[in-house]
Amino acid sequence: MIAYALTFGFAALGFGLAMNLWRLFKGPGVADRILALDTMVINVIGIIVLAGIATGSGTAFEAALLLAMVGFVGTVAYAKFLLRGDIIE
Amino acid sequence: MSADVSLAEWLVSAVIVLGGGFALVGSWGLVRLPSLMERLHGPTKASTLGLGAMLVGSFLWFQLVEGVWTTHELLISVFLFVTAPISANMIAKVHLHRLRHGEASESGSSAGRVPSLPGGNDWATHQAPHEGTPGDFAGD
Repeated sequence: MIAYALTFGFAALGFGLAMNLWRLFKGPGVADRILALDTMVINVIGIIVLAGIATGSGTAFEAALLLAMVGFVGTVAYAKFLLRGDIIE
Repeated sequence: MSADVSLAEWLVSAVIVLGGGFALVGSWGLVRLPSLMERLHGPTKASTLGLGAMLVGSFLWFQLVEGVWTTHELLISVFLFVTAPISANMIAKVHLHRLRHGEASESGSSAGRVPSLPGGNDWATHQAPHEGTPGDFAGD
C-alpha cells in the first residue's frame, strides 16, 4: 500500500518539477524564474522526505532541512539583488 | 497488531497521496495561470500545503510503523510555513518594482492587474537612501 502511495508521490513531484522547469525556461519575467526556482526547491524537499520514508532512514531530514534553509536564503538573495542592486548592504 | 499496522499504513498512504496531489496542483498552477500575481498563489499555498501533508505522513510513518520519535518534520514544516509567505512577498515586490520601471509586462487578465492605491500613493518596493534615513551615505 505504502509503495503505491510513494510511487504516486514521486511521480507527482517529478511531473511538478518538469512543469517548474518549463516555467523556468519560459517565464516572461525574472520574478517568474525566481518563483520557479523556489517551487523546484519545495518539490525537491518533498522528494527527499518521500525518499526518507522509502528507505526508512532518518538522515534524509537533515538534508531536507538544509535545503529548505538554503532555498529560502537563495530566493531572498535573488529578490534583494533585484530590488536593491546589492545583497548585503 | 497486523491490523494496527495496516491502519497506520492506510493513513500514511492517504496523506502522502493528498500531499502529492496538492504539490501537483501547485506546480500546474505555476504553468497554467496567466500572470505572475496569480501564479504566486500556486506554489505559495498549494505546494506548501502539499509538502506539509507529506511531512505529516512522514511523521506518522516513523511514529506508528518504525516506532521512532522524530521532530525533524515539525522543524521543516514550521520553517517552511514561516518562510513561504516571506519569499512570496519578496517576489511580488520584485514584480511591482520591475513593472514600475517598465522592465516587466503585465498580462491582460482582470485578476492580473495590480490595483492602484488611493491618494496617488504607490506600492512600497524600494526607496533609495535619502537625506535623514539610516542608509544615507551621500554625506560620507
